[in-house]
Amino acid sequence: MRLTDFFLRSDADRVVPPSGFTAQLTLLTAAAMAFLAVFALALSFATGRLADRWSEELARTATVRISAPLDQIGAQTEAALAVLTTTAGVAQARALDLSEEQALLEPWFGPDLPLDQLPMPQLIEIIEDDLGFDAEGLRLRLTAEAPGAVLDDHSRWRKPLVRAADRLRLLGIVSLALIAAATGAMITLAAHAALAANAQVIRTLRLVGAQDSYIAQAFVRRFALRALGGALIGTFLGMAAIALLPATSTGTVGGDSFLTGLGFQGLHWFWPLAIAPLAAIVAFVATRLAAQRTLRGLM
Amino acid sequence: MIEFKNVAYGYGGGDLLTGIDLSLQAGSFHFLTGPSGSGKTTFLKMCYRELLPSAGRLDIFDQDVREMSRDGVADLRRRIGVVHQDCQFLDHLSVAENVALPLTVAGRAVDGEDLMALLGWVGLSKQADALPPELSGGERQRAALARAVIMSPEVIIADEPTGNVDWDMSQRLLTLLVELNRMGKTVLLATHDMNLIRVAKQQVATRVLRISNRRLQAAGADL
Repeated sequence: MRLTDFFLRSDADRVVPPSGFTAQLTLLTAAAMAFLAVFALALSFATGRLADRWSEELARTATVRISAPLDQIGAQTEAALAVLTTTAGVAQARALDLSEEQALLEPWFGPDLPLDQLPMPQLIEIIEDDLGFDAEGLRLRLTAEAPGAVLDDHSRWRKPLVRAADRLRLLGIVSLALIAAATGAMITLAAHAALAANAQVIRTLRLVGAQDSYIAQAFVRRFALRALGGALIGTFLGMAAIALLPATSTGTVGGDSFLTGLGFQGLHWFWPLAIAPLAAIVAFVATRLAAQRTLRGLM
Repeated sequence: MIEFKNVAYGYGGGDLLTGIDLSLQAGSFHFLTGPSGSGKTTFLKMCYRELLPSAGRLDIFDQDVREMSRDGVADLRRRIGVVHQDCQFLDHLSVAENVALPLTVAGRAVDGEDLMALLGWVGLSKQADALPPELSGGERQRAALARAVIMSPEVIIADEPTGNVDWDMSQRLLTLLVELNRMGKTVLLATHDMNLIRVAKQQVATRVLRISNRRLQAAGADL
């Protein structure tokens, strides 16, 4: 069967009577599933971006905390900075001043915290170059030169976060697979109902010399085109809903959050356009299998 | 064309038909008689492979029916026109579309003039656009006959085509079948109507088969 015949030929369509509620069921199912698929796709992309961003940003920064008696902090800070500036993989190392430390603590303790009266540790921010540094080697050197220095390369809390984001991305992909399977199952049920309702028509067609492929084509074409139409509607509505979600505002509180980041960026907007053809393919395969199973039961 | 060799058919509770030997020759005209429930319809269904024998060998157009592919069966049914007892129309299509159905499913072009000529031959020109439920019993049988012959099949099988029509209509249908036989078609007609067989014998050389006690026999000369 040629593709043009599939879309344009109506002989086989004509000999099978209209199938009422199964047509509406297929259209509605495809639309709802496509709508959900758009969100699952957006979830997958958003979590992917989040995982990449966390992974990239956090992987390139580290902190050295100097906890020592007040009279030794200055010396140990200088010693630690000296170690860091001679460490391969460290692009930049600088000690945070009081105002920066105050800014870090402000969300928890407010702006009036008398930092100069508290025994605060000194923080040194490290920015890695592309090659990165050997964390274990650096720790040993810091212990030797500045006993109060503790290196935190963020791996302790970065890894679970990235793992969580990766799992959310996987969840999105699994959701897409489940949506495809549920669509297939629903269309199979609708196709079975249509085939059962037309059992006498199918028997008559066989008796006047119709081949199985001819009979199956009538049902397959009908269900595939309806699934395509329904999925186009659902995809359009899903993309519109995503477009209307609040946009990400980088630099503000919550700018990197999962909720405000849900959506498509750039070329990712083209991905949902694949949902409708895929729904049609799922419907094609599901209906074809259902039709073949039914026809095999006839002589 | 159709050859039964020691064929039997059983539904599970014993054989309905057994020991059937028959060879239907091209251009022959056979009647099939027998009491209700004797297996006439079952026998006819084997002839167009809607049923498979449970024993023996059945060849149709020199092919063993058990060896046929599903597409092969479809091809076979394009060479055998069948008038079913219950006609079996698609009620959402017009009479003309139903009659042309074998051409449509075979992917052949339907010539409108030929179709109208065929409908005229069976006296249904005025009913061409009607839907099957709007037809009388006789009209349905004639439409079924038109559908059975539209592919110009080599064999025509009719299962009680005169069962629900009056005597005049029965004779008219018989005349159509006799005309087809004179054109060289093989005809196999199942009927209870002995008068119809007597009338047919005056018009064409026929052979009468009778199913009795699960076996197919040549009927006596008293017919």
